[in-house]
Amino acid sequence: MNALNQILAHYNQWITIFLMVSGLYIVIARGNMIKKLVGLSLFQTSVYLLFLSSGKVLGGTPPIVAAGISVYTHPLPHVLILTAIVVGVATLALGLALVVRINEAYRTIEEDEIFAREDKA
Amino acid sequence: MQAQLPALQVVLPLFGALLAAMVRRSRPAYGITVIVSLLMPVISWLLLVQVRNEGPISYVFGNWSAELGIEYRIDLVNALLLVLVSTVGAVIIPFARKSVAAEIPEDRIAWFYSVYLLCMCGLLGVAITGDAFNVFVFLEISSLATYILIALGRDRRALLAAYQYLIMGTIGATFYVIGVGMLYAMTGTLNLAMIAERIVDIETTRPVLAALAFIVVGISLKLALFPLHVWLPNAYAYAPSFATVFLAATATKIAIYLFVRFLFSVFGVGLVFTDLPVSFILIVLSVAAMFGAATVAVFQSDIKRMLAYSSVGQIGYITLGIALANLNGLTGGMVHVLNHALIKGALFMAIGAVVFRAGSCAIEDIAGIGRRMPITMSAFVIAGFGLIGVPGTAGFVSKWYLIIASLDKGWWWLAFLIVASSVIAVVYVGRVIEVAWFREPNDALKGVKDPPLEILAPILIMVFAIVYFGVDADLTAGLASEAAEALLAGLR
Amino acid sequence: MTGASLIALALLIPTATSLLIPLFRERPNMREATTLVGAVALFAVVVLLLVEVMAGGRPALHLVDVLPGLSIAFNVEPLGMLFAVIASGLWIVNSLYSIGYMRGENEPRQTSFYVFFAVAIAGAMGVALAGNLFTLFLFYEVLTLSTYPLVTHRATPEAVRAGRLYLMMLLGASMLLLLPAIAWTGFTAGTLNFEPGGILSGKIGNVAMAGLLALFVFGTAKAAVMPLHFWLPAAMVAPTPVSALLHAVAVVKAGVFTVLKIIVYVFGIDTLAEAGASEWLVYVAGFTVVTASLIALRQDDLKRRLAYSTVSQLSFVVMGAAMAVSAGIIGSGLHIAMHAAGKITLFFCAGAIAVATHKTKVSELDGIGRAMPITMTAFLIGSLSIIGLPPLGGMWSKWWLMLAAAEQGRLFVIFVLIASTLLNVAYLLSIVARAFFAAPRGGAQEGKVSVNEAPWPCVVALSLTALLCVLLFFLVEIPQGMLLEITQTADPAGVSIDE
Repeated sequence: MNALNQILAHYNQWITIFLMVSGLYIVIARGNMIKKLVGLSLFQTSVYLLFLSSGKVLGGTPPIVAAGISVYTHPLPHVLILTAIVVGVATLALGLALVVRINEAYRTIEEDEIFAREDKA
Repeated sequence: MQAQLPALQVVLPLFGALLAAMVRRSRPAYGITVIVSLLMPVISWLLLVQVRNEGPISYVFGNWSAELGIEYRIDLVNALLLVLVSTVGAVIIPFARKSVAAEIPEDRIAWFYSVYLLCMCGLLGVAITGDAFNVFVFLEISSLATYILIALGRDRRALLAAYQYLIMGTIGATFYVIGVGMLYAMTGTLNLAMIAERIVDIETTRPVLAALAFIVVGISLKLALFPLHVWLPNAYAYAPSFATVFLAATATKIAIYLFVRFLFSVFGVGLVFTDLPVSFILIVLSVAAMFGAATVAVFQSDIKRMLAYSSVGQIGYITLGIALANLNGLTGGMVHVLNHALIKGALFMAIGAVVFRAGSCAIEDIAGIGRRMPITMSAFVIAGFGLIGVPGTAGFVSKWYLIIASLDKGWWWLAFLIVASSVIAVVYVGRVIEVAWFREPNDALKGVKDPPLEILAPILIMVFAIVYFGVDADLTAGLASEAAEALLAGLR
Repeated sequence: MTGASLIALALLIPTATSLLIPLFRERPNMREATTLVGAVALFAVVVLLLVEVMAGGRPALHLVDVLPGLSIAFNVEPLGMLFAVIASGLWIVNSLYSIGYMRGENEPRQTSFYVFFAVAIAGAMGVALAGNLFTLFLFYEVLTLSTYPLVTHRATPEAVRAGRLYLMMLLGASMLLLLPAIAWTGFTAGTLNFEPGGILSGKIGNVAMAGLLALFVFGTAKAAVMPLHFWLPAAMVAPTPVSALLHAVAVVKAGVFTVLKIIVYVFGIDTLAEAGASEWLVYVAGFTVVTASLIALRQDDLKRRLAYSTVSQLSFVVMGAAMAVSAGIIGSGLHIAMHAAGKITLFFCAGAIAVATHKTKVSELDGIGRAMPITMTAFLIGSLSIIGLPPLGGMWSKWWLMLAAAEQGRLFVIFVLIASTLLNVAYLLSIVARAFFAAPRGGAQEGKVSVNEAPWPCVVALSLTALLCVLLFFLVEIPQGMLLEITQTADPAGVSIDE
């Protein structure tokens, strides 16, 4: 019973870890380049959730100064993760741009097709 | 001005990048790049001199205390890296103009230089900052810039290489973030020096160990430690020549700096090397890199690829020195950071010159090129000697330290492995020499001759440095030794 | 002139020569003159150094500290002086010969040939004058790298393959065996300097000492101790001046000189003798002597026969050093000089025959003595020196080696000396006999055969070296005295000359 409570108490971490692993799996297992980027995004987002959820102060409001509020959620994870989100967005944008150019160059975005073509060349 | 130097080291290339992007035309963009590239070493050397005279420099942004804000902390270790990156950047910039103009379409050249300056900003930022998350930001700035630099290569496979590196690099960076997050959760601070202080009591707790694992794996991806090196050969082979020169000389070296910073300064020698088997794992991987990568290099038909695999092997030497974790070993590793940057810079520039003149760097295409481009290929040969570790070249200095470090630990078998792997380098360098000098030049090479002075000069400067630092290693080995001592002493 | 500046000149002159030669690429006569001037200048400097060393001086020069504990420094002592004199003196003769040979055979790319020659000589000077193991190693590698383009000079597929074997064997052995040996020595002894009496006494156990010696001997693949000798016969694809250089002047002598120097100045004769750490080497070297001679007997290609003869003769030096006794050291040192003179003569003759008649095989040499009397007489003289008969210099080195063997009651060494002498007679004098007494092949003309010698620079060169073989017999006191000096600091009981 105690063990079950332990597990349930950290439900946020279990969920984020599940998302993390799924994201990684998609990156590795899928050959479509856009799907890989989706997996990568999923992986990165789960990491954000991991830290944001850990930083949550129960009963606290979002960390924006407002009159009358005394309990705020810890702001530092938010700051860090905002930065990380920006980086993630930039990476995604760059990745998608690359995929567009790869599509122009190869007429496909399936990795196995591209490798087959390069091996023959 | 003196006090603001740490900030300027990062801000100048950042604004340079913006300016270059705004001017849109290739000539002014190149001009801006030259100005920034020449200012960078001035700042770095001033910082180095200051650190050597006065001790570590601490610079806080916006006057927020280190506890709350971002601190730039410069000691002997990162001063060395700053000097390396900025000096290399300054030496290679004359090479860029004609090489870049030949390989990249006219309308993209300004963007190329803009992104190049961003990359330099990112690399310098990683070295100079003392805040763990700031490291991530700069790391990603430099990485994103690198992906773009690679993707601008002529061959369409450059796009694939950039994409592959993007995926792997982002995973690595995210692992790093996970590690830093855990460290933050356990210590309550992101400042490297403070983490080092607060971690002492909680060293063996699971989150800290997990953080160590994540950070090490994440950085290993960036530094192309075997077996996480898969992105490197393609990236170096298909990127524009100038980009390869810069990246080969600097990018992995900055990742190595990060590696040693975390292992020695933050987590500490005691935890990492005495309590945990990190040393053993690193040695195994390093030896695998030294032998495996060098062997694969022998069979490559594209010379850039061959040099890329050679780089993976040489990084193995550096991590071997780190794994030995004694003064000689760390000195050997750090001095090889410097020496390898010079050697690989010279080699890739020589091949870049060949590509500039002959259009290709496939081994069959460059048969007999030694007779047509004697100065370039002679430079290649001498840099190749540096790679092999012939005494009288800088490469020998690194190998000597590593051998003595192995003997210090009583591991004579490791000393033997180090020299044995150097013999493999004889084979792949010898192959290029044979093809370049002992075959008749084919018709495609008619009219090929040595490149113009602006391309040749940086090559000759680097080759001269390789020989000079092989004969008088006072500067390089001295700095490396001081850095090694600082690392072993830790940040506490 | 101070000793230090003489040492600096000894290194600068060949280096400067190598840099000046390309300037005259369009004017062959000026180019050749540069080489000759450089060679004569170098010999003059070396003789000045010799005078100082014979007077008891030990000139030294400290150039630079590469790392703490590793420095490039020079220290001239009698053994190194001997090698330097041989190398620089024979460079003059070899250059003269090269002029005749390269022009006679119309070899391509002669400028790069002379350039790398000069660099190789600079390397040999560095090896001869080195004051510590690191400096020796540095110039040893310079020698390997600068002679590679010489070996592969003709750029035929065969030459490229030979060059590959040459480079891999020499670099491989030096990096895998010699470098660890140097590191081990530095680590154990705390220094890499050459000291009379050695730097290892009391610091290393007997078995470890034997192991270290093995690393040194096999790491010095230029000494061609079996089984690391394959590069020598393969290198015969090079033009003959290169073979003469390799076999008499620079490369192989650098190899055995290194072994001898290490035995005397790193291990120390007494330390070695006490530990018995070089016993195995006597047998390995002796084995090489006999086996290589047997192989030489079966070679039809003249240069290959001479190559295997060299492998055999080199191990005399190693064997003499391995006996770890004064007489042996003197014999070994003398043999470096005697064999140099004898072998260079033989190679010059082989090359002269090739230029004049395009014949390279022993079976083709019937009756050639009539067409090339001077050459074959020189060949006879060189052979007799190698065999060890008076009045040729080679007699003295074999004398001392025999003395050392008798002193220690080594029947094995005596057997090796006798057997190899007989084999030398068989594979060398048979050539002379054919040349003078057999009828020429392919329709012998009765009566006069016209004299058709090689170009005059070649003939002059080989006559000079043949003369040297004779002179060395009478002038042996000079090298002998120098070598006695070294052994006396190690063995105060001394060995007297007059037996």
